[in-house]
Amino acid sequence: MAMKVELPQKGFNFENFQRNAVLADKGYKAPKVTKTGTTICGCLYKDGLVLGADTRATEGPIVADKNCEKIHYLAPNMYCCGAGTAADCDHTTHLIESKLELHRLQTGRPSRVSTALTMLKQMLFRYQGQIGCALVLGGFDVNGPHLYTIYPHGSTDKLPYVTMGSGSLAAMAVFESRWRKDMEREEAAELVKDAISAGIFNDLGSGSNVDVCIITADGVDYRRGYDKPNQRGVKEQSYKFAKGTTAILTEDIRQFVDVVEGDAMDIS
Amino acid sequence: MDHFPGNWGQPRSRDDHVFSSTDYFPGHNAYDVGSRAASGPAQRTQQPMVTGTSVLGITFKDGIMLAADTLASYGSLARFRDVQRIIKVGDSTLIGASGEVADFQYIEHILETLTIQEYDHDDGQKLSPRHIYEYLSRVMYGRRSNFNPLWNSLIVGGVKDGDRFLGFVDLQGTTYQSSTIATGYGAYIGQPLLRKAVEGREDELTEEEARKVLEDVMRVLFYRDARSLNKIQIATVTAAGSKITEPYELQTEWAFAEGVRGYGA
Repeated sequence: MAMKVELPQKGFNFENFQRNAVLADKGYKAPKVTKTGTTICGCLYKDGLVLGADTRATEGPIVADKNCEKIHYLAPNMYCCGAGTAADCDHTTHLIESKLELHRLQTGRPSRVSTALTMLKQMLFRYQGQIGCALVLGGFDVNGPHLYTIYPHGSTDKLPYVTMGSGSLAAMAVFESRWRKDMEREEAAELVKDAISAGIFNDLGSGSNVDVCIITADGVDYRRGYDKPNQRGVKEQSYKFAKGTTAILTEDIRQFVDVVEGDAMDIS
Repeated sequence: MDHFPGNWGQPRSRDDHVFSSTDYFPGHNAYDVGSRAASGPAQRTQQPMVTGTSVLGITFKDGIMLAADTLASYGSLARFRDVQRIIKVGDSTLIGASGEVADFQYIEHILETLTIQEYDHDDGQKLSPRHIYEYLSRVMYGRRSNFNPLWNSLIVGGVKDGDRFLGFVDLQGTTYQSSTIATGYGAYIGQPLLRKAVEGREDELTEEEARKVLEDVMRVLFYRDARSLNKIQIATVTAAGSKITEPYELQTEWAFAEGVRGYGA
């Protein structure tokens, strides 16, 4: 007896998209999404590349997380900065991190940046922009350092310096005026720090600290909190109330439980 | 910014940073102006046709410096490539404008009328930058209040009796003063650079340094603003008077792209 196997329809299922449109017409408000606001950037230098990101996560006009991590690990030689919807960035990068590890086990070779790029862009295109990830992918593989941007709809660019997120114009202004080919490590890190700072101070969607990640042939130098230009003021005194500040007027201690030796739980 | 005045003052949706009010008020956005019944209160608000892009302004040691390119775009067409978007008003004031060129030409006309009236008073008083700024602010806000704005963002700068002035006024009548001002895309791309270079150093910045800062920022704007030109004018006003340079071209560097091949290459 042959049973007809119901194969799933190919491609992304857009049925929910229509349902959401109908609900919106009826007045249903979609849930507020945690976005990362964000300034992220990356640039190539003499020995490799430097990635940078701010650390503010926003939920509309409110700061949801003052110190989130936007530089995601993909492979020992590859990191990815994410802007857009925070959940989408986290899950997408975790998924591709797993796929890359499986791929490394199968091939027996270190991952190439173009592999991660292809996996990411093909997935994002398949979802037609519904996954709100705008990524700056950087890594150092057998062919040298590579830096890419990936847009939510699945297009990519390969460039020597890139910025993404709401603060990208401020950061790109800094890059356009100061980036040169073959900079030294310290100069490149300072440039990235200044670009992210421009985003932090001139864009409302970005703020708090600067995270930097330097990737070279020798490995990765991940500097969380490379610069902290927004630390809260240190309190001048201790404002803790000393024991005894509140006077005790009466005291009434009651025993609710009689503790008897030998009442321990039987765990034999 | 919601350019449709029928929506100004209307209840905002709670999520209007996610959805725009036009999604909740169909028939009241700029794309539905076919039906007269749906177009709300009578108004003469337009959309800009021939536009200028960013104008920059900074304060330096001896006065004020403005910069603008010489392009008037017709949508995505670079239609007029030798337009002067910065003008002198009297000896002590400069005005730079972005937005609709026709409205700026009208502003030029009413300022000329104002100058003539002041001359006719013949009382030895001269219009100062603050006077001109105040006058323009009221004109702009008044027009906006009648749903008939002059579609510009203006930078007014000048020096009078040692007092350096730099102010911004736009089509909605929004005004502010600062040591660095930028309109249009300049606000996103130029302000971070201007602030870094000028803030805190307004009294030490020399004319040469100020010019260099403005040129650098105009260059970055040419790289990143798709409606800009690398032909610019720099205007300076000091206690000695005002001058606007002839338009000149900025040198640009495109060689970095040689190593780049195609999409996702």
